[in-house]
Amino acid sequence: MSHHIVEVKELRFSYPDGTPALNGVSFRITHGESVAMVGANGAGKSTLLLHLNGYLTPQTGSVRIGDMPLTKKTLKYVRQTVGMVFQDPDDQLFLPRVYDDVAFGPTNLGLPPDEVKQRTLGALALVGAAHLKDRPPYKLSGGEKRAVSIATVLSMSPSILVMDEPTSNLDPKARRQLIRLLSEFDHTKIIATHDMDMVLDLCSRAIVLKDGEVVADGAAKDILNNQELLDASGLEKPLRLQGCPICRK
Amino acid sequence: MGSIESSFFDIGHLDALSSKDTPIHRVDPRVKVLTTIYFIAVVISFNKYNPAGLAPLVIYPVAIMTIGNIPFSYMLKKLLIASPFVLSVALFNPILDRSPALDLGFFSVSGGFVSFASILAKYVLTVSAGLALIACTGFDSICSALSKMGVPGAFTIQLLFVYRYIFVLGEEAARMARARALRSFGNKGLGMGVYSSMIGQLLLRTMDRAQRIHLAMLCRGFDGEIRYVMPSKMRLSDLLFLAGWSGLFTLLRFYNFPAWLGEELGRLI
Repeated sequence: MSHHIVEVKELRFSYPDGTPALNGVSFRITHGESVAMVGANGAGKSTLLLHLNGYLTPQTGSVRIGDMPLTKKTLKYVRQTVGMVFQDPDDQLFLPRVYDDVAFGPTNLGLPPDEVKQRTLGALALVGAAHLKDRPPYKLSGGEKRAVSIATVLSMSPSILVMDEPTSNLDPKARRQLIRLLSEFDHTKIIATHDMDMVLDLCSRAIVLKDGEVVADGAAKDILNNQELLDASGLEKPLRLQGCPICRK
Repeated sequence: MGSIESSFFDIGHLDALSSKDTPIHRVDPRVKVLTTIYFIAVVISFNKYNPAGLAPLVIYPVAIMTIGNIPFSYMLKKLLIASPFVLSVALFNPILDRSPALDLGFFSVSGGFVSFASILAKYVLTVSAGLALIACTGFDSICSALSKMGVPGAFTIQLLFVYRYIFVLGEEAARMARARALRSFGNKGLGMGVYSSMIGQLLLRTMDRAQRIHLAMLCRGFDGEIRYVMPSKMRLSDLLFLAGWSGLFTLLRFYNFPAWLGEELGRLI
Protein backbone atom coordinates (compact mmCIF):
# COMPACT_ATOMS: atom_id res chain seq x y z
CA MET A 1 0.00 0.00 0.00
CA SER A 2 1.93 3.00 -1.19
CA HIS A 3 1.07 6.28 -2.85
CA HIS A 4 4.23 6.21 -4.85
CA ILE A 5 3.42 3.50 -7.36
CA VAL A 6 2.77 4.11 -11.03
CA GLU A 7 1.42 1.18 -12.96
CA VAL A 8 0.60 1.28 -16.67
CA LYS A 9 -0.95 -1.77 -18.30
CA GLU A 10 -1.42 -2.38 -22.03
CA LEU A 11 -1.99 1.29 -22.67
CA ARG A 12 -3.06 2.15 -26.20
CA PHE A 13 -3.85 5.55 -27.61
CA SER A 14 -4.34 7.05 -31.03
CA TYR A 15 -5.00 10.68 -31.83
CA PRO A 16 -8.35 11.75 -33.31
CA ASP A 17 -6.84 11.85 -36.82
CA GLY A 18 -5.97 8.17 -36.48
CA THR A 19 -2.24 8.52 -35.79
CA PRO A 20 -1.37 5.79 -33.30
CA ALA A 21 0.80 7.11 -30.48
CA LEU A 22 0.91 4.26 -27.96
CA ASN A 23 0.62 0.58 -28.88
CA GLY A 24 0.29 -1.33 -25.65
CA VAL A 25 2.70 0.18 -23.16
CA SER A 26 3.16 -1.57 -19.81
CA PHE A 27 5.44 -0.88 -16.89
CA ARG A 28 5.39 -0.58 -13.11
CA ILE A 29 7.37 1.97 -11.19
CA THR A 30 7.66 1.60 -7.44
CA HIS A 31 8.40 3.81 -4.48
CA GLY A 32 11.44 6.07 -4.75
CA GLU A 33 12.55 4.87 -8.16
CA SER A 34 14.08 7.35 -10.54
CA VAL A 35 13.18 6.37 -14.08
CA ALA A 36 14.24 7.87 -17.40
CA MET A 37 11.79 7.74 -20.27
CA VAL A 38 13.89 7.90 -23.42
CA GLY A 39 13.18 7.56 -27.10
CA ALA A 40 13.43 9.42 -30.41
CA ASN A 41 11.16 12.33 -31.28
CA GLY A 42 7.65 11.04 -31.84
CA ALA A 43 8.23 7.80 -29.93
CA GLY A 44 5.26 8.56 -27.66
CA LYS A 45 6.94 10.03 -24.59
CA SER A 46 4.80 13.13 -24.37
CA THR A 47 1.59 11.23 -24.99
CA LEU A 48 2.54 8.82 -22.24
CA LEU A 49 3.24 11.65 -19.80
CA LEU A 50 -0.16 13.19 -20.57
CA HIS A 51 -1.75 9.94 -19.42
CA LEU A 52 0.06 9.98 -16.10
CA ASN A 53 -1.74 13.07 -14.85
CA GLY A 54 -5.05 12.29 -16.39
CA TYR A 55 -5.08 14.87 -19.16
CA LEU A 56 -5.67 12.01 -21.56
CA THR A 57 -7.70 9.05 -20.40
CA PRO A 58 -6.72 5.56 -21.52
CA GLN A 59 -8.57 4.36 -24.64
CA THR A 60 -7.68 0.79 -23.80
CA GLY A 61 -5.56 -0.49 -20.94
CA SER A 62 -5.23 1.16 -17.56
CA VAL A 63 -3.17 3.56 -15.51
CA ARG A 64 -2.93 3.22 -11.74
CA ILE A 65 -1.44 5.90 -9.54
CA GLY A 66 -0.86 4.74 -5.98
CA ASP A 67 -3.85 2.66 -4.99
CA MET A 68 -6.25 4.27 -7.41
CA PRO A 69 -7.08 3.55 -11.02
CA LEU A 70 -7.12 6.69 -13.13
CA THR A 71 -10.72 7.69 -13.80
CA LYS A 72 -12.66 10.92 -13.90
CA LYS A 73 -13.52 10.56 -10.21
CA THR A 74 -9.96 10.12 -9.04
CA LEU A 75 -8.57 12.98 -11.14
CA LYS A 76 -8.21 15.34 -8.20
CA TYR A 77 -6.30 12.80 -6.16
CA VAL A 78 -4.13 11.82 -9.12
CA ARG A 79 -3.22 15.39 -9.95
CA GLN A 80 -2.25 16.07 -6.38
CA THR A 81 -0.14 12.92 -6.23
CA VAL A 82 1.58 13.39 -9.58
CA GLY A 83 3.41 16.70 -9.89
CA MET A 84 4.00 17.54 -13.52
CA VAL A 85 6.77 19.90 -14.65
CA PHE A 86 6.33 21.06 -18.24
CA GLN A 87 9.04 21.59 -20.77
CA ASP A 88 8.39 25.30 -21.29
CA PRO A 89 8.33 27.20 -17.97
CA ASP A 90 6.30 29.95 -19.65
CA ASP A 91 3.42 27.49 -19.84
CA GLN A 92 3.75 26.61 -16.21
CA LEU A 93 4.12 30.07 -14.74
CA PHE A 94 0.91 31.81 -15.68
CA LEU A 95 0.39 34.34 -12.91
CA PRO A 96 2.05 37.78 -12.78
CA ARG A 97 3.98 37.07 -9.58
CA VAL A 98 6.17 34.11 -8.64
CA TYR A 99 4.66 33.80 -5.17
CA ASP A 100 1.08 33.64 -6.46
CA ASP A 101 2.07 31.01 -8.96
CA VAL A 102 3.67 28.74 -6.38
CA ALA A 103 0.67 29.30 -4.09
CA PHE A 104 -1.81 28.48 -6.87
CA GLY A 105 -1.80 24.70 -6.36
CA PRO A 106 -2.07 24.66 -2.55
CA THR A 107 -4.79 27.33 -2.66
CA ASN A 108 -6.81 25.22 -5.08
CA LEU A 109 -6.42 22.27 -2.74
CA GLY A 110 -8.37 24.36 -0.23
CA LEU A 111 -5.62 24.56 2.38
CA PRO A 112 -5.84 27.25 5.08
CA PRO A 113 -3.90 30.49 4.29
CA ASP A 114 -1.16 29.84 6.85
CA GLU A 115 -0.46 26.41 5.44
CA VAL A 116 -0.44 27.81 1.89
CA LYS A 117 2.08 30.43 2.89
CA GLN A 118 4.28 27.94 4.69
CA ARG A 119 4.26 25.49 1.76
CA THR A 120 4.88 28.22 -0.80
CA LEU A 121 7.86 29.68 1.01
CA GLY A 122 9.12 26.19 1.80
CA ALA A 123 8.97 25.08 -1.83
CA LEU A 124 10.70 28.25 -3.01
CA ALA A 125 13.44 27.83 -0.43
CA LEU A 126 13.92 24.20 -1.42
CA VAL A 127 14.74 25.11 -5.02
CA GLY A 128 16.83 28.09 -3.91
CA ALA A 129 14.43 30.69 -5.28
CA ALA A 130 13.16 32.34 -2.10
CA HIS A 131 14.56 35.72 -3.19
CA LEU A 132 12.48 35.64 -6.39
CA LYS A 133 9.08 35.50 -4.74
CA ASP A 134 7.93 39.02 -5.63
CA ARG A 135 9.32 39.07 -9.17
CA PRO A 136 7.20 38.73 -12.31
CA PRO A 137 8.02 35.47 -14.16
CA TYR A 138 8.90 37.17 -17.45
CA LYS A 139 11.87 38.84 -15.78
CA LEU A 140 13.51 35.60 -14.62
CA SER A 141 16.38 33.87 -16.37
CA GLY A 142 15.89 30.42 -17.90
CA GLY A 143 17.41 28.65 -14.92
CA GLU A 144 15.37 30.66 -12.44
CA LYS A 145 12.17 29.97 -14.38
CA ARG A 146 12.90 26.25 -14.28
CA ALA A 147 13.57 26.28 -10.54
CA VAL A 148 10.33 28.18 -9.90
CA SER A 149 8.38 25.78 -12.16
CA ILE A 150 9.57 22.92 -9.99
CA ALA A 151 8.57 24.85 -6.86
CA THR A 152 5.03 25.32 -8.20
CA VAL A 153 4.70 21.56 -8.19
CA LEU A 154 6.58 20.85 -4.95
CA SER A 155 4.24 23.16 -3.03
CA MET A 156 1.48 20.58 -3.53
CA SER A 157 3.64 17.90 -1.85
CA PRO A 158 3.31 15.35 -4.64
CA SER A 159 4.68 11.84 -4.13
CA ILE A 160 5.58 11.44 -7.79
CA LEU A 161 7.40 13.96 -9.93
CA VAL A 162 6.96 13.79 -13.69
CA MET A 163 9.25 15.99 -15.76
CA ASP A 164 9.38 16.68 -19.47
CA GLU A 165 12.89 17.63 -20.64
CA PRO A 166 13.92 19.37 -17.42
CA THR A 167 17.38 20.30 -18.71
CA SER A 168 16.37 21.75 -22.08
CA ASN A 169 17.47 25.33 -22.80
CA LEU A 170 19.62 25.59 -19.69
CA ASP A 171 23.21 26.75 -19.63
CA PRO A 172 25.71 24.14 -18.40
CA LYS A 173 25.93 25.52 -14.90
CA ALA A 174 22.15 25.86 -14.47
CA ARG A 175 21.83 22.32 -15.80
CA ARG A 176 24.33 21.03 -13.27
CA GLN A 177 22.53 22.83 -10.43
CA LEU A 178 19.22 21.35 -11.53
CA ILE A 179 20.66 17.84 -11.61
CA ARG A 180 22.08 18.33 -8.12
CA LEU A 181 18.71 19.61 -6.90
CA LEU A 182 16.78 16.70 -8.41
CA SER A 183 19.19 14.16 -6.96
CA GLU A 184 18.32 15.45 -3.49
CA PHE A 185 14.60 14.69 -3.85
CA ASP A 186 13.37 11.37 -2.59
CA HIS A 187 10.20 11.44 -4.68
CA THR A 188 9.48 8.81 -7.27
CA LYS A 189 10.77 10.49 -10.43
CA ILE A 190 9.81 9.96 -14.05
CA ILE A 191 11.90 12.02 -16.43
CA ALA A 192 11.32 12.17 -20.18
CA THR A 193 14.49 13.41 -21.79
CA HIS A 194 17.07 13.35 -24.56
CA ASP A 195 19.84 14.36 -22.18
CA MET A 196 21.50 10.96 -21.82
CA ASP A 197 24.22 12.27 -19.54
CA MET A 198 21.61 13.43 -17.08
CA VAL A 199 20.09 9.95 -17.17
CA LEU A 200 23.49 8.60 -16.19
CA ASP A 201 23.58 10.98 -13.20
CA LEU A 202 20.00 10.75 -11.99
CA CYS A 203 18.26 7.57 -13.02
CA SER A 204 18.73 4.02 -11.86
CA ARG A 205 16.31 2.68 -14.43
CA ALA A 206 15.50 3.52 -18.03
CA ILE A 207 12.53 2.73 -20.23
CA VAL A 208 13.14 2.99 -23.97
CA LEU A 209 10.16 3.80 -26.16
CA LYS A 210 10.03 3.30 -29.88
CA ASP A 211 6.99 3.79 -32.11
CA GLY A 212 4.67 3.70 -29.11
CA GLU A 213 6.08 0.52 -27.62
CA VAL A 214 8.46 -0.28 -24.80
CA VAL A 215 11.51 -1.84 -26.45
CA ALA A 216 13.66 -2.01 -23.35
CA ASP A 217 13.16 -1.59 -19.62
CA GLY A 218 16.00 -2.16 -17.22
CA ALA A 219 18.96 -0.77 -15.33
CA ALA A 220 20.04 2.55 -16.84
CA LYS A 221 23.71 1.51 -16.82
CA ASP A 222 23.03 -1.53 -19.01
CA ILE A 223 20.76 0.27 -21.42
CA LEU A 224 23.08 3.25 -21.83
CA ASN A 225 25.91 0.85 -22.75
CA ASN A 226 23.89 -1.17 -25.24
CA GLN A 227 25.05 0.40 -28.51
CA GLU A 228 22.83 -1.76 -30.68
CA LEU A 229 19.65 -0.94 -28.78
CA LEU A 230 20.43 2.78 -28.67
CA ASP A 231 21.13 2.88 -32.42
CA ALA A 232 17.88 1.11 -33.20
CA SER A 233 15.89 3.55 -31.05
CA GLY A 234 17.34 6.76 -32.44
CA LEU A 235 19.47 7.40 -29.37
CA GLU A 236 23.14 7.75 -28.56
CA LYS A 237 25.43 6.76 -25.71
CA PRO A 238 25.97 9.44 -23.08
CA LEU A 239 28.94 11.56 -24.11
CA ARG A 240 30.87 10.48 -21.05
CA LEU A 241 30.61 6.86 -22.12
CA GLN A 242 31.92 7.65 -25.60
CA GLY A 243 35.60 7.77 -26.53
CA CYS A 244 37.69 10.88 -26.14
CA PRO A 245 37.58 12.86 -29.43
CA ILE A 246 41.13 14.14 -29.02
CA CYS A 247 43.12 11.07 -28.02
CA ARG A 248 40.72 8.72 -29.87
CA LYS A 249 40.60 6.09 -27.14
CA MET B 1 10.55 45.19 -35.10
CA GLY B 2 12.86 47.08 -32.78
CA SER B 3 9.91 49.18 -31.75
CA ILE B 4 7.86 46.11 -30.82
CA GLU B 5 10.58 44.96 -28.49
CA SER B 6 11.15 48.34 -26.91
CA SER B 7 7.47 48.97 -26.32
CA PHE B 8 7.19 45.68 -24.48
CA PHE B 9 10.12 46.63 -22.36
CA ASP B 10 8.17 49.78 -21.60
CA ILE B 11 5.14 47.89 -20.25
CA GLY B 12 7.56 46.13 -17.96
CA HIS B 13 8.58 49.54 -16.67
CA LEU B 14 4.98 50.30 -15.73
CA ASP B 15 5.02 47.09 -13.75
CA ALA B 16 8.24 48.03 -11.99
CA LEU B 17 6.70 51.36 -10.93
CA SER B 18 3.91 49.49 -9.20
CA SER B 19 6.31 47.79 -6.80
CA LYS B 20 7.35 51.08 -5.18
CA ASP B 21 6.30 51.77 -1.62
CA THR B 22 4.60 55.14 -1.20
CA PRO B 23 1.46 56.21 0.71
CA ILE B 24 -0.50 55.90 -2.57
CA HIS B 25 0.83 52.39 -3.22
CA ARG B 26 -0.26 51.34 0.25
CA VAL B 27 -3.89 52.39 -0.24
CA ASP B 28 -6.20 49.38 -0.63
CA PRO B 29 -6.50 48.48 -4.36
CA ARG B 30 -10.30 48.32 -4.16
CA VAL B 31 -10.42 51.91 -2.95
CA LYS B 32 -8.14 53.07 -5.74
CA VAL B 33 -10.19 51.26 -8.36
CA LEU B 34 -13.46 52.74 -7.07
CA THR B 35 -12.01 56.24 -6.83
CA THR B 36 -10.67 56.04 -10.37
CA ILE B 37 -13.97 54.75 -11.75
CA TYR B 38 -15.86 57.56 -10.03
CA PHE B 39 -13.33 60.08 -11.31
CA ILE B 40 -13.76 58.85 -14.88
CA ALA B 41 -17.54 58.94 -14.55
CA VAL B 42 -17.44 62.54 -13.30
CA VAL B 43 -15.09 63.62 -16.11
CA ILE B 44 -17.25 62.01 -18.78
CA SER B 45 -20.44 63.56 -17.40
CA PHE B 46 -19.28 67.13 -18.10
CA ASN B 47 -21.07 69.01 -20.87
CA LYS B 48 -19.08 69.07 -24.10
CA TYR B 49 -19.19 72.90 -24.26
CA ASN B 50 -17.57 73.24 -20.86
CA PRO B 51 -13.88 72.35 -21.13
CA ALA B 52 -12.95 74.95 -18.54
CA GLY B 53 -14.97 73.17 -15.86
CA LEU B 54 -12.71 70.13 -16.31
CA ALA B 55 -9.52 72.01 -15.56
CA PRO B 56 -9.55 71.74 -11.74
CA LEU B 57 -9.98 67.95 -11.96
CA VAL B 58 -6.41 67.64 -13.18
CA ILE B 59 -5.49 67.76 -9.51
CA TYR B 60 -6.34 64.07 -9.06
CA PRO B 61 -3.90 62.46 -11.54
CA VAL B 62 -1.26 65.04 -10.68
CA ALA B 63 -1.58 64.39 -6.95
CA ILE B 64 -1.51 60.61 -7.40
CA MET B 65 1.57 60.74 -9.61
CA THR B 66 3.39 63.18 -7.35
CA ILE B 67 2.79 61.28 -4.13
CA GLY B 68 3.16 57.92 -5.90
CA ASN B 69 6.52 59.06 -7.27
CA ILE B 70 5.60 58.33 -10.91
CA PRO B 71 7.67 60.27 -13.47
CA PHE B 72 5.49 62.74 -15.44
CA SER B 73 7.61 62.46 -18.59
CA TYR B 74 6.91 58.74 -18.77
CA MET B 75 3.15 59.27 -18.45
CA LEU B 76 3.20 62.03 -21.08
CA LYS B 77 4.86 59.65 -23.52
CA LYS B 78 2.16 57.05 -22.87
CA LEU B 79 -0.54 59.69 -23.45
CA LEU B 80 1.07 60.70 -26.74
CA ILE B 81 1.05 57.11 -28.01
CA ALA B 82 -2.73 56.83 -27.81
CA SER B 83 -3.45 60.41 -28.86
CA PRO B 84 -3.80 59.78 -32.65
CA PHE B 85 -6.91 57.70 -32.00
CA VAL B 86 -8.53 60.46 -29.98
CA LEU B 87 -7.48 63.15 -32.44
CA SER B 88 -9.04 61.27 -35.32
CA VAL B 89 -12.29 61.02 -33.39
CA ALA B 90 -12.33 64.68 -32.35
CA LEU B 91 -11.05 66.08 -35.64
CA PHE B 92 -14.44 66.45 -37.28
CA ASN B 93 -16.00 68.51 -34.51
CA PRO B 94 -14.53 71.87 -35.62
CA ILE B 95 -15.55 71.15 -39.24
CA LEU B 96 -19.11 69.99 -38.58
CA ASP B 97 -20.10 72.29 -35.74
CA ARG B 98 -19.53 75.92 -36.80
CA SER B 99 -22.03 77.73 -34.61
CA PRO B 100 -20.24 80.44 -32.61
CA ALA B 101 -20.06 79.46 -28.98
CA LEU B 102 -17.60 81.91 -27.51
CA ASP B 103 -17.42 85.57 -28.49
CA LEU B 104 -14.12 87.21 -27.74
CA GLY B 105 -15.03 90.53 -29.37
CA PHE B 106 -12.65 90.59 -32.31
CA PHE B 107 -13.16 86.92 -33.21
CA SER B 108 -15.46 84.14 -32.14
CA VAL B 109 -14.69 80.51 -31.40
CA SER B 110 -17.02 77.94 -32.94
CA GLY B 111 -18.77 75.31 -30.83
CA GLY B 112 -16.77 72.67 -32.70
CA PHE B 113 -13.48 73.93 -31.34
CA VAL B 114 -14.84 74.10 -27.83
CA SER B 115 -16.05 70.50 -27.93
CA PHE B 116 -12.75 69.48 -29.57
CA ALA B 117 -10.88 70.92 -26.60
CA SER B 118 -13.33 69.21 -24.29
CA ILE B 119 -12.71 65.78 -25.85
CA LEU B 120 -8.96 66.25 -25.56
CA ALA B 121 -9.22 67.33 -21.94
CA LYS B 122 -11.41 64.35 -21.11
CA TYR B 123 -8.94 62.04 -22.85
CA VAL B 124 -5.96 63.40 -20.94
CA LEU B 125 -7.77 63.20 -17.60
CA THR B 126 -9.28 59.74 -17.91
CA VAL B 127 -6.27 58.02 -19.45
CA SER B 128 -3.78 59.58 -17.08
CA ALA B 129 -5.97 58.54 -14.14
CA GLY B 130 -6.09 54.97 -15.50
CA LEU B 131 -2.33 54.85 -16.05
CA ALA B 132 -1.69 56.30 -12.60
CA LEU B 133 -3.93 53.60 -11.14
CA ILE B 134 -1.94 50.81 -12.79
CA ALA B 135 1.41 52.39 -11.96
CA CYS B 136 0.49 52.77 -8.28
CA THR B 137 -1.32 49.47 -7.83
CA GLY B 138 0.01 46.77 -10.14
CA PHE B 139 -2.11 44.81 -12.52
CA ASP B 140 -2.47 41.68 -10.42
CA SER B 141 -3.74 43.68 -7.44
CA ILE B 142 -6.27 45.45 -9.65
CA CYS B 143 -7.56 42.11 -10.90
CA SER B 144 -7.85 40.69 -7.41
CA ALA B 145 -9.58 43.90 -6.26
CA LEU B 146 -12.07 43.65 -9.12
CA SER B 147 -12.85 40.03 -8.32
CA LYS B 148 -13.28 40.85 -4.62
CA MET B 149 -15.79 43.50 -5.60
CA GLY B 150 -17.83 40.90 -7.45
CA VAL B 151 -16.67 41.26 -11.05
CA PRO B 152 -17.17 37.80 -12.64
CA GLY B 153 -14.09 35.59 -12.74
CA ALA B 154 -14.26 35.23 -16.51
CA PHE B 155 -13.37 38.91 -16.90
CA THR B 156 -10.68 39.20 -14.25
CA ILE B 157 -8.94 36.00 -15.34
CA GLN B 158 -8.94 37.23 -18.94
CA LEU B 159 -7.38 40.52 -17.87
CA LEU B 160 -4.80 38.78 -15.75
CA PHE B 161 -3.79 36.41 -18.54
CA VAL B 162 -3.69 39.07 -21.22
CA TYR B 163 -1.28 40.96 -19.03
CA ARG B 164 0.88 37.94 -18.26
CA TYR B 165 1.10 36.61 -21.80
CA ILE B 166 1.37 39.85 -23.71
CA PHE B 167 5.10 39.60 -23.04
CA VAL B 168 5.36 36.04 -24.28
CA LEU B 169 3.26 36.82 -27.34
CA GLY B 170 5.29 39.95 -28.01
CA GLU B 171 8.55 38.02 -27.82
CA GLU B 172 7.21 35.39 -30.17
CA ALA B 173 6.04 38.01 -32.66
CA ALA B 174 9.38 39.79 -32.38
CA ARG B 175 11.27 36.55 -33.05
CA MET B 176 9.20 35.87 -36.16
CA ALA B 177 9.65 39.44 -37.40
CA ARG B 178 13.39 39.14 -36.83
CA ALA B 179 13.59 35.85 -38.70
CA ARG B 180 11.78 37.44 -41.63
CA ALA B 181 13.88 40.61 -41.61
CA LEU B 182 17.18 38.73 -41.48
CA ARG B 183 16.38 36.85 -44.65
CA SER B 184 14.81 39.66 -46.65
CA PHE B 185 18.11 41.57 -47.11
CA GLY B 186 16.67 45.04 -47.01
CA ASN B 187 14.06 44.22 -49.64
CA LYS B 188 10.38 43.95 -48.99
CA GLY B 189 10.73 40.29 -48.08
CA LEU B 190 7.93 39.02 -50.34
CA GLY B 191 5.67 41.86 -49.27
CA MET B 192 2.38 41.81 -47.44
CA GLY B 193 1.55 38.19 -48.27
CA VAL B 194 4.15 36.98 -45.82
CA TYR B 195 2.63 39.02 -43.03
CA SER B 196 -0.75 37.39 -43.39
CA SER B 197 0.75 33.92 -43.07
CA MET B 198 2.88 35.09 -40.15
CA ILE B 199 -0.21 36.33 -38.34
CA GLY B 200 -1.85 32.96 -38.99
CA GLN B 201 1.20 31.21 -37.58
CA LEU B 202 1.11 33.39 -34.52
CA LEU B 203 -2.56 32.55 -33.96
CA LEU B 204 -1.88 28.81 -34.21
CA ARG B 205 1.07 29.03 -31.85
CA THR B 206 -1.01 31.03 -29.44
CA MET B 207 -3.75 28.43 -29.47
CA ASP B 208 -1.21 25.68 -28.85
CA ARG B 209 0.21 27.59 -25.96
CA ALA B 210 -3.22 28.29 -24.54
CA GLN B 211 -3.86 24.58 -24.51
CA ARG B 212 -0.60 23.85 -22.71
CA ILE B 213 -1.27 26.56 -20.15
CA HIS B 214 -4.74 25.19 -19.52
CA LEU B 215 -3.19 21.78 -18.99
CA ALA B 216 -0.67 23.23 -16.54
CA MET B 217 -3.53 24.86 -14.65
CA LEU B 218 -5.59 21.68 -14.55
CA CYS B 219 -2.60 19.80 -13.18
CA ARG B 220 -2.61 22.14 -10.23
CA GLY B 221 -6.26 21.84 -9.43
CA PHE B 222 -7.73 24.74 -11.43
CA ASP B 223 -11.54 24.63 -11.28
CA GLY B 224 -12.52 27.83 -13.05
CA GLU B 225 -11.69 30.19 -10.25
CA ILE B 226 -8.46 31.86 -9.25
CA ARG B 227 -8.22 32.38 -5.53
CA TYR B 228 -6.24 35.48 -4.85
CA VAL B 229 -4.03 35.71 -1.84
CA MET B 230 -4.89 39.16 -0.57
CA PRO B 231 -4.99 39.40 3.19
CA SER B 232 -5.26 43.21 3.21
CA LYS B 233 -8.14 44.74 5.11
CA MET B 234 -9.82 48.05 4.53
CA ARG B 235 -8.41 50.60 6.96
CA LEU B 236 -9.94 53.90 8.08
CA SER B 237 -7.41 55.85 6.01
CA ASP B 238 -8.55 53.96 2.90
CA LEU B 239 -12.15 54.97 3.49
CA LEU B 240 -11.06 58.56 4.05
CA PHE B 241 -9.16 58.45 0.75
CA LEU B 242 -12.30 57.30 -1.06
CA ALA B 243 -14.63 59.74 0.71
CA GLY B 244 -12.28 62.70 0.35
CA TRP B 245 -11.65 62.35 -3.36
CA SER B 246 -15.26 61.46 -4.24
CA GLY B 247 -16.42 64.50 -2.27
CA LEU B 248 -14.02 66.74 -4.13
CA PHE B 249 -15.03 65.33 -7.55
CA THR B 250 -18.72 65.85 -6.74
CA LEU B 251 -18.04 69.41 -5.59
CA LEU B 252 -16.09 70.25 -8.75
CA ARG B 253 -18.81 68.69 -10.87
CA PHE B 254 -21.69 70.75 -9.49
CA TYR B 255 -19.90 73.93 -8.53
CA ASN B 256 -18.30 75.84 -11.40
CA PHE B 257 -15.01 76.64 -9.75
CA PRO B 258 -13.30 78.42 -12.72
CA ALA B 259 -16.32 80.72 -13.20
CA TRP B 260 -16.29 81.61 -9.51
CA LEU B 261 -12.56 82.29 -9.66
CA GLY B 262 -13.08 84.51 -12.73
CA GLU B 263 -15.82 86.51 -10.99
CA GLU B 264 -13.78 86.99 -7.84
CA LEU B 265 -10.79 88.16 -9.84
CA GLY B 266 -13.03 90.50 -11.85
CA ARG B 267 -14.35 92.04 -8.63
CA LEU B 268 -10.84 92.54 -7.31
CA ILE B 269 -9.83 94.36 -10.47
